Amino acid sequence: MTRYLLSVYQPYGEGPPPENLEQIMADTRAVDEEMKAAGVWVFAGGLHPPDTASVVRDDLVTDGPFIEAKEHLGGFTVIDAPDLDAALEWARRTSRATTLPIEVRPFQ
Amino acid sequence: MTELDRVFRKEHGRAVAVLVRLLGDIELAEEAVQDAWAVAAEQWPRTGPPPSPAGWIITTARNRAIDRHRRESRRAELHGERERLRPPTPEPPLEEGAMRDDELRLIFTCCHPALSTEAQVALTLRLLGGLTTPEIARAFLVPEATMAQRLARAKAKIRAATIPYRVPDADELPDRLGAVLAVVYLVFNEGHTASEGDALVRAELCSEAIRLGRLLAELMPDEPEVLGLLALMLLTDARRGARSGGELVPLAEQDRGLWDRALIEEGQALVRRCLRLGRPGPLQLQAAINAVHSDAPDTAGTDWRQIGALYDQLLALQPSPIVALNRAVALAELEGPGAALASLDGLALEGHHRLHVVRADLLRRLGRRDEAAAALRLAIAGAANRVERAYLERRLEAL
Repeated sequence: MTRYLLSVYQPYGEGPPPENLEQIMADTRAVDEEMKAAGVWVFAGGLHPPDTASVVRDDLVTDGPFIEAKEHLGGFTVIDAPDLDAALEWARRTSRATTLPIEVRPFQ
Repeated sequence: MTELDRVFRKEHGRAVAVLVRLLGDIELAEEAVQDAWAVAAEQWPRTGPPPSPAGWIITTARNRAIDRHRRESRRAELHGERERLRPPTPEPPLEEGAMRDDELRLIFTCCHPALSTEAQVALTLRLLGGLTTPEIARAFLVPEATMAQRLARAKAKIRAATIPYRVPDADELPDRLGAVLAVVYLVFNEGHTASEGDALVRAELCSEAIRLGRLLAELMPDEPEVLGLLALMLLTDARRGARSGGELVPLAEQDRGLWDRALIEEGQALVRRCLRLGRPGPLQLQAAINAVHSDAPDTAGTDWRQIGALYDQLLALQPSPIVALNRAVALAELEGPGAALASLDGLALEGHHRLHVVRADLLRRLGRRDEAAAALRLAIAGAANRVERAYLERRLEAL
């Protein structure tokens, strides 16, 4: 088994309109349940927007996300899968549910 | 080419494929197979090659890997390290079917969509073709260090991300097979069309692409696009003798007596075989178009009606402006240069020099000389290839 991080990337600014948002939330929860039923789910969570982030380096604390970009990490799921093809299939389902691109990265 | 070189070309990919399964790691498999070839280079000139060279290489590589494993686990024990190797399975099954499955697995791993196309090409040539890193670097005109890094990164990703060593399921096969065919065709085109660089290395790329095409056709005889690709490469390569000599010779001006009849016959037989399977695809249609050209004594004697119909089919399957452009060339023969010129209107190909080459020729045939010259100048400005530019400049002078 390899452990993978599936990161959800979303553009800055306003999210989808409320009627779509409801569908997206429901679909995303459904994929989460599927992952749990398949025994691959380890951990998942959505994040508050990047302007709630703080950066710490040694003793210095500053405001704001570490990287300013057009897209930011909106949430993530950690899964255990037998190989990359299996992980990519879960990423595909997550991407369809969230309507957003998913980055798949193996843990060390 | 020595006997050893010949056996190496033929058996290297298969040996690596079996060893990857036995050892579970590409890098280790390569090392073991390399060790085995070194032993062969030392022994075979004295003893002659063994009756089954592939079997010998695989067994020797496996034994070498076991020795290495013993040494390393002893060292790991001494230093309290984690073992790098898993112990090789006791007896490598050298049964034909099992080895073929391994080769297929290796092909699909090398061409996995999670790797960049550049990495897919490099890995395929390295692992399945047995080309050295310097050879691949020279063929693609990149520094050796860049190519070495590209290969190392790809192998590291396969290991870290656990890219599986398996043949895709039936439902994902069309997509995954498309990637494999694209890699092989890219290798072929790189050898066939580019004029810069080492000519010998380039010829090597063409023959390696055809060798891979033959291997795929042997491994997947019921996939019509696999047969289509092999046919397309054979029919194109058959004209090599009529277009080389440092100059670009277009189809219409080629000495067809220089075409390789044996390759043409093999290609045409493959076209008939894949069309019988009744699942036409872009590669099969392109091969069929080339097969019609190969039948004709000259441009006038070409069955343009059939070529036009094949382009219509191709355009329906693959509605790209490049296909539409090629179709216009056939249309010029069927309905005249005026109709062909009209069909080019609105093609999203501005800035593509091939569009200007075709337009220039149609305008010339319509007697619109100034416009033809203007189109040729645009074509010359856009052509990246030195040989092609020289050819277009001669056309401009001849107007």
